[in-house]
Amino acid sequence: MSDLLYSEEEEALRSAVRDLLADHCDAPGVIARTESDAPHDLAAWKALTDGMGLAGLLVPEAQGGQGATHREAAVVLEELGRAVAPVPYLTSAVVATEALLEVGHEGLLAELAAGRRIGALTVALNVAAGGAYKVVRHEGGALHGELTGVADAAVADVLLVPADDGGLYAVDAADATVTPQVSFDLTRPLATVTLDGAPGRLLGDAEPAVRRALRAGAGLLASEQLGVADWVLTETVRYLKERKQFNRPVGGFQALKHRLAQVWLEVVNLRAAARNAADALTTGTDANVAVAVAQAYAAPVAVRAAEEALQLHAGIGMTWEHPIHLYLKRAKSDSIAYGTAGVHRAALAELVDLQAP
Amino acid sequence: MIDAAELKRRAAELLAAHPPATTDRLDFLRARFDAGLAWVHYPEGLGGLGTARSLQAVVDAELDAAGAPDNDPRRNGIGLGMAAPTILKYGTDEQKQRFLRPLWTGEEVWCQLFSEPGAGSDLAGLGTRAVREGDGDWVVNGQKVWTSSAHNARWAILIARTDPDVPKHAGITYFLCDMTDPGVDVRPLRQITGEAEFNEVFLTDVRIPDSRRLGAIGDGWKVAQTTLNNERVAIGGMRLPREGGMIGPVAKTWRERPELRTHDLHQRLLTLWVDAEVARLTGERLRQQLALGQPGPEGAGMKLAFARLNQEISGLEVELRGEEGLLYDDWTMRRPELVDFVGRDAGYRYLRSKGNSIEGGTSEVLLNIVAERVLGLPSEPRTDKDVAWKDLAR
Repeated sequence: MSDLLYSEEEEALRSAVRDLLADHCDAPGVIARTESDAPHDLAAWKALTDGMGLAGLLVPEAQGGQGATHREAAVVLEELGRAVAPVPYLTSAVVATEALLEVGHEGLLAELAAGRRIGALTVALNVAAGGAYKVVRHEGGALHGELTGVADAAVADVLLVPADDGGLYAVDAADATVTPQVSFDLTRPLATVTLDGAPGRLLGDAEPAVRRALRAGAGLLASEQLGVADWVLTETVRYLKERKQFNRPVGGFQALKHRLAQVWLEVVNLRAAARNAADALTTGTDANVAVAVAQAYAAPVAVRAAEEALQLHAGIGMTWEHPIHLYLKRAKSDSIAYGTAGVHRAALAELVDLQAP
Repeated sequence: MIDAAELKRRAAELLAAHPPATTDRLDFLRARFDAGLAWVHYPEGLGGLGTARSLQAVVDAELDAAGAPDNDPRRNGIGLGMAAPTILKYGTDEQKQRFLRPLWTGEEVWCQLFSEPGAGSDLAGLGTRAVREGDGDWVVNGQKVWTSSAHNARWAILIARTDPDVPKHAGITYFLCDMTDPGVDVRPLRQITGEAEFNEVFLTDVRIPDSRRLGAIGDGWKVAQTTLNNERVAIGGMRLPREGGMIGPVAKTWRERPELRTHDLHQRLLTLWVDAEVARLTGERLRQQLALGQPGPEGAGMKLAFARLNQEISGLEVELRGEEGLLYDDWTMRRPELVDFVGRDAGYRYLRSKGNSIEGGTSEVLLNIVAERVLGLPSEPRTDKDVAWKDLAR
């Protein structure tokens, strides 16, 4: 049975990341940044990677990483979710890194692990492991084509691009045209990547690398969703103890208490599902089922938690100034990222033999 | 502290002295109790050895492997799960010596006389009266309801009002009631499943000696909290393998009967399968916390989660069965000793699980408990706390 708890080291890692984000990623700062020319917080990213070495958690020490596991990366993602931090951790330190681990490219791995370069796998954010993804044309030794919906591509130094010959290529961002798309989640912006005869280095087979990367992305996304849900619940409980109407705290009305208790129940369940997925990715045991279960459960829970938080905050929750909308947008985007709950349920139907009619 | 190796040694000793093949069942169970291997976390002399609760599994496995009889714990769930921990915590030495051994062996089954027609969620409002005759016996009059196993029980845990002149939580006292007293009248209460798992119990001039009072006079509400907390642990805390709960029979039917499948049912089944798996993981996480001595607040939610799941899954199962879902296995009025969820049809499971969100605290009350004790939200304003029980509107 999986270890579903947090170790002392994992708790220490959590507080270190939380402290760092408290200094770098306060809500007004994140909101102001979303509409600036630099939606990503590269100062926070530098502190997380240079300072703490967190981009290398999934990379073995021999390859320039920290030699930790998905369990620790999941703890980092919980905290990043709690802060809706606009840093390319999931996309570079998890998804791109897993792709590189699969093809075994040591040079790039070490660079990503050290945080010296940021990587992005150019598969649209909504694609689930095993799902179809767009590829570019490999012709005359160069790459041609346009890919959309690539998360965090705007800050990537190296793009990992699947091509029509079945290969996965590394393309320097300088050789591509990256155009930001107006994204629903402003803290994880998407971009279009256009390659017009860009040179690419063949890394290996795209299919297994993409599959592995997207599975890890989906599994660890559940921990980010847990962080999002946990923050909105905690903040809403705090606010409802303080907000008074009818001469008493509104948090004392059963109609509201029951809704918060229900969210709490779901967050408790989500924690177990997310820990199970992180542990299963670490051990490799039952990982496909654990990831599908976590994603099928996490997406609606995080969205509902954010929606309830907005409703229970009422008017103030509708304002641009209050951070709830950042969490709602992240939760809703996350519910599509790496496959919707429905896509993961369909995967489970095969995995646990509950076949469709 | 006695460790696993020592427990194995003692289990072997017990088996050698009382070979299961040639020992009477009850004799073996009594010997097991006296060896401290009944519930190892209980104190020495009371069926235990004062060691970690988690080590019980070691003993159970050893004795099970040797073909030893068990105490058929399902027959005495209220005794083992609720009466015993309360007697252990609040009982006098005489009470512990008298009651725990036959309770554990199953010689004496227990039931719970708490709820009343007028005191459900507001249990502290109960009206069954216990009046003391001078310094002598207590005389009890009133009506209790939803009493499972009352028809098999030798003893009952009972709470009754001993002081109507103080606020309701302060005027209650906890007793151990002899179910063979001529004033105890047990009548079956038929439920929506057709059977009568539980009963109404009428108490008319039932005499209870003061030696069978548990805890101090007026402390009954505090004592009852131990009972009720253990009830919720018992209801929500079972360990399950994947598909181990009610999802199991539905998944089996789905796999074996492709002709019943529809797209709508498929989506609902998968959603519930995921919910059941996640609830199972949450229970496992809770147990891992408990094993480290760090009980989390997750326990408060387990009963809520399983009530909803059981109801939705069994409801889906009735629909999945189509024409068979229109039938019912048996409406005969019976008085079962055990609740049997798996031995009967989907329709029975659907009807019986409706009780899961009512028994042992309604889901609405449990949501209040989560909101107030876990999230720290304020309670609703109360109008009944500082008023003598006799002056409350009812």
